[in-house]
Amino acid sequence: MHSVVSASTTAPVRQFLSRIWLALLLSLLAGCARPDPPADLVVINGTEPETLDPALCTGQPDGRVAAALFEGLTRVHPKTGESVPGIAERWEISPDGKTYLFYLRTNALWSNGEPITADDVVYSWRRVVDPANAADYAGQLYYVKNGLAINTRKITDLTQLGVSAVNPHLVRVELENPTAFFLDLCAFRTLCVVHRKTIEKYGDRWLMARPLPTSGCFTLEQWKVNDRVRLRKNPYHWDAANIRSEVVDLIHLESATTALNLFETGQADIIWDKTLIPMELMDVLKERPYVHTFKYLATYFMRFNVTRGPFKDPRVRKALALSINKSRIAGHIMKAGEEPAATLVPPGTANYQAPEGLSYNPNLARKLLAEAGFPEGKGFPSFHYLFNTAKQHEQVAVELQQMWKKELGISLELRNTEWKVYLADQSAVNFDLSRSAWVGDYNDPNTFLDMFMSNNGNNRTGWKSPEYDALLDRANRMTDLKERAELLRQAERLLVVDDVVIMPLFFYAGITFYRPDEISGIWANIIDEHALYPVGKTKKADLRP
Amino acid sequence: MWIYLTKRIVGLLPLLLVISFLSFMLVRMAPGSPFDKERAPASPDIERTLREKYHQDEPLWQQYLRYLGVARESDGQGGTRWVRGGLVQGDLGPSFKYRNHGVNDIVAQGLPVSMSLGLLAFLFAMGVGIPLGIYTALRRGQWGDHIGSFFSLLAFCIPGLVVGPLLIMGLALQWRLFPVALWSSPWHMVLPTVTLGLYFSGRIARLMREGMTEAMKEAYVVTARAKGLSESQVVFRHALRLAILPVVSYSGPLLADLLTGSFVVENLFLVPGIGVFLVNSALGRDYNMVVGLALVYAVLLVLLNLAVDLTYGFLDRRVKLS
Amino acid sequence: MSLIVSQAPSTERPPAAPPSLTPNQRAWRRFWRNRPAVLGLFWTLCLLVLVLTWPWIAPYTFEATSDAQFSPPSAQHWFGTDVHGRDLMTRVIYGARISLLVGWIGALVAVINGVVWGASAGFLGGKWDGFAMRVVDVLYSLPSIIFVIVLITTLEGFLRKWLVATFDAGPAAVGYARLIFLFAGLGAISWLNMARIVRGQVLSLRQRAFVDASLALGAHPLRVIAKHILPNIFGIVIVYATLTIPAIILYESFLSYLGLGIQAPMASWGSLIADGASQLNPIRVYWWLIVFPAGMLVTSLLAMNFLGDGLRDAWDPKGRSD
Repeated sequence: MHSVVSASTTAPVRQFLSRIWLALLLSLLAGCARPDPPADLVVINGTEPETLDPALCTGQPDGRVAAALFEGLTRVHPKTGESVPGIAERWEISPDGKTYLFYLRTNALWSNGEPITADDVVYSWRRVVDPANAADYAGQLYYVKNGLAINTRKITDLTQLGVSAVNPHLVRVELENPTAFFLDLCAFRTLCVVHRKTIEKYGDRWLMARPLPTSGCFTLEQWKVNDRVRLRKNPYHWDAANIRSEVVDLIHLESATTALNLFETGQADIIWDKTLIPMELMDVLKERPYVHTFKYLATYFMRFNVTRGPFKDPRVRKALALSINKSRIAGHIMKAGEEPAATLVPPGTANYQAPEGLSYNPNLARKLLAEAGFPEGKGFPSFHYLFNTAKQHEQVAVELQQMWKKELGISLELRNTEWKVYLADQSAVNFDLSRSAWVGDYNDPNTFLDMFMSNNGNNRTGWKSPEYDALLDRANRMTDLKERAELLRQAERLLVVDDVVIMPLFFYAGITFYRPDEISGIWANIIDEHALYPVGKTKKADLRP
Repeated sequence: MWIYLTKRIVGLLPLLLVISFLSFMLVRMAPGSPFDKERAPASPDIERTLREKYHQDEPLWQQYLRYLGVARESDGQGGTRWVRGGLVQGDLGPSFKYRNHGVNDIVAQGLPVSMSLGLLAFLFAMGVGIPLGIYTALRRGQWGDHIGSFFSLLAFCIPGLVVGPLLIMGLALQWRLFPVALWSSPWHMVLPTVTLGLYFSGRIARLMREGMTEAMKEAYVVTARAKGLSESQVVFRHALRLAILPVVSYSGPLLADLLTGSFVVENLFLVPGIGVFLVNSALGRDYNMVVGLALVYAVLLVLLNLAVDLTYGFLDRRVKLS
Repeated sequence: MSLIVSQAPSTERPPAAPPSLTPNQRAWRRFWRNRPAVLGLFWTLCLLVLVLTWPWIAPYTFEATSDAQFSPPSAQHWFGTDVHGRDLMTRVIYGARISLLVGWIGALVAVINGVVWGASAGFLGGKWDGFAMRVVDVLYSLPSIIFVIVLITTLEGFLRKWLVATFDAGPAAVGYARLIFLFAGLGAISWLNMARIVRGQVLSLRQRAFVDASLALGAHPLRVIAKHILPNIFGIVIVYATLTIPAIILYESFLSYLGLGIQAPMASWGSLIADGASQLNPIRVYWWLIVFPAGMLVTSLLAMNFLGDGLRDAWDPKGRSD
């Protein structure tokens, strides 16, 4: 019976099957897109950006692309990390430090050739604080008059924001308080200038518009999700002569090994995202000429939940902090030259000298724990450490677990969760201890310390200290930088020595990979910001076959 | 026949409705929200605004109707109007994570890539698995079988997590035969295809071996043999048709899995497909993306299973399509 | 039948079994003659004994760290040590417990569910078939990762609250609870394939003369299923089960990699392989971290597979040559 084939059913079946195969084959061809011409510079930039909108982006990789596309009144000097003139050519600051006058360049143009005017600046800043746009980083404009009130809907009139166009080339900014780091903020991507007409025309998808008028050194040619962003030099930029690469590819990926492989085989010229460096190989890689490590503003620390169980007692928190051998963690697990940390604010932060933190002292720790009612850890309830799943965090957690068991006789349970559960639990303060890290947004201790103000969304410890809030408030009204530093130092001492709300573990090391004989124009700086425009291949590299 | 086809295709619509509903509700049950961030926004109002912007403040049923595109909303002047977009118009909504993209944009970019990789891997798996399966079945119990079985087992005992890096280290870094990653020329496709296909070739070889062993015991095959047909005629003209059935019924879901991409392979070789999104959207609680990708997956799966059922009926006359 | 058997070395077959033996005894006899199967049984038993007695004979515990970071295999540490200086051999054997538990329980759940569902659908046909397969279609069309993520994160949250509230349990209990969800989740996503395949087989058996004959002679349908259908699908079920175990173990490694698997410092083969694979790179490879866990996994799966094959050959109704 097997050989009986009825023609009436097989013909349509065959036809149907062949159509499906045809459709599949066509999609196969569609998938094999024509390769693009190679770029002049290929940079491995980090994970896929969530958005390239400078007002909305929060991630570091997103920010780097946004900073290449859009420019603010000032920009970061690629070598020193200081703010230097950007769209504004020069500025005047009133004696009380609360009013700024920015004179825009007359040759500052959009990438379509239109001039960039004061109105563009005003529009861009209002857009950031406009609550309807829900910009996470709107806080960067709370220093400007009425920024906070508008963003929290206490004032509905956007024009009340302390920024105005005096004439097409003069912007006047009024601040709430004299803010020592305001010029640094002007260079920050949130305050960059964006094109009003495009945004009003395309809405949320405005970055998909082609051509996209940009104010920065580059234009956006292509944005392929999970693949690459292709940038092309903006010929109308006021500093176009100093933009060294014509076409730049920024590759986005998630695997450190893949990044290293691309770099090793010469398919990428630069890796500048720390998360894409294979940490476990740093002891070997550190010796290679293409690895460049430097200090930068980032700290790995642990939050205590000060509202829960034995952790209500500062002596317990202090005992836990004193019994951790941070040099073992910094040396054994982290291998890129991370420094053990006793304070939250990293060394090298401008206008600041951190207080002396807690050192490694297991004897004192045992004493404190006994005083708190747990001699040799007896009767101490088991508690958990919340961290998001990642090799490195797990390794740190295992070390903490063993150290506390050995020194204090208390048992830590590890609780690793996937990212969103971790975030939800951390912000709901649903943990005993929680892994944390912070990267400074600008070069000032405030970017670290204001996190732990009572009403700050990043506090996440249950700790509310009016004393701390008052110290920070007073410090940020100061014009005298020395006095300000002293107040901030007192605040930090409260945070990490007296109350031990957090336990700093180590300061990250910044790392970039590039071959110094082939690539130039990239410098180490403390905020890990590397402008793209001065980066390019040296002549020698061009001759390479 | 055509009635059958039409029925199956029409049956797809309620299935899609059920899938969209299930995934819509399921992903919202998981703790955490798309708007939880490592860095809290400057004020709590911002998160609230974000929720309003994406209508996460509405009751769930209304959110779902809005997703389908059959809800009415206030037009701001006291009246109501139909919401714009929605599933009925083929709009999978905005991504909550990738705020400049719609889910449609991401699918349009990633799906063709994932499909071509998946199809290549499928062809590879079939090309290796079927001959190996036949060979081991015919040599059942002999050394050829043991060695062949060993390799087919090896293929699916070693995960892509291991095979991929080994292939890269050997073929891409040591001998520089293939590029290590990226997706732009046929050369770039070889290693991802092998990594993805190898695992499945092992499975297919096992299924094929089993199917062939069974088929060789069938009465009509035995008869064919008794008639004095040659070994290859018996195997390829008579037994194969029945023996391949387990493989055929496995290949529907297999293809759907392959065509929607593989997280590990896409990650390892930097292939810009949608496999990475399928996992990351669920982990990142990017609600619309999860539902959208689940729908894409479901459509593919149903179409492929339909093709499988048709093939089944075509190969085994004893099965009636009804 | 003899035509097929002629493929196998004829010396392995007894000329004729003594008539006093029951079919079961004859099956055992066939089984013991199958050398790879016996070897597989031996290896599986050894593994079981080792895994069960290890806590009493091990010189290290699975979580104890030491200063001997990344030391290669030596007299003290036969399999070397990992990043924390933990003994890898202890961890591999500890991991075997969890992996075997997850794999076997998962596969068992999958097989029972799949066979019951698939066989009843294929046998009863009609409306029930339509409904049963629709359910399978729906569940199948949901990408498994969404299902697993929601299951593990949501239920774990509830369970933690409940455990802490009622028993004042520590986080360790929650860690084990998560393990149980892993079984459940992995079993729940693996039975669908099984159901489809079994249904396909039953559908084709259902049309066969001997089934029709039994039913026509007034046999109870359950009896027909037990006597005629199940023995005939035994082969494919065993093969599928042996395919499911590694699939589940590997899926667990993928989940561990995403942070949804077992909790550190516990280990499973999957998580050890994922760890080992993550350090496969062109600069430096700690080979023992990948070779030993993967080697153990592969040999054990091979053993189980040969064992399964042997059982199937010995008890297969169509294999009774005399």
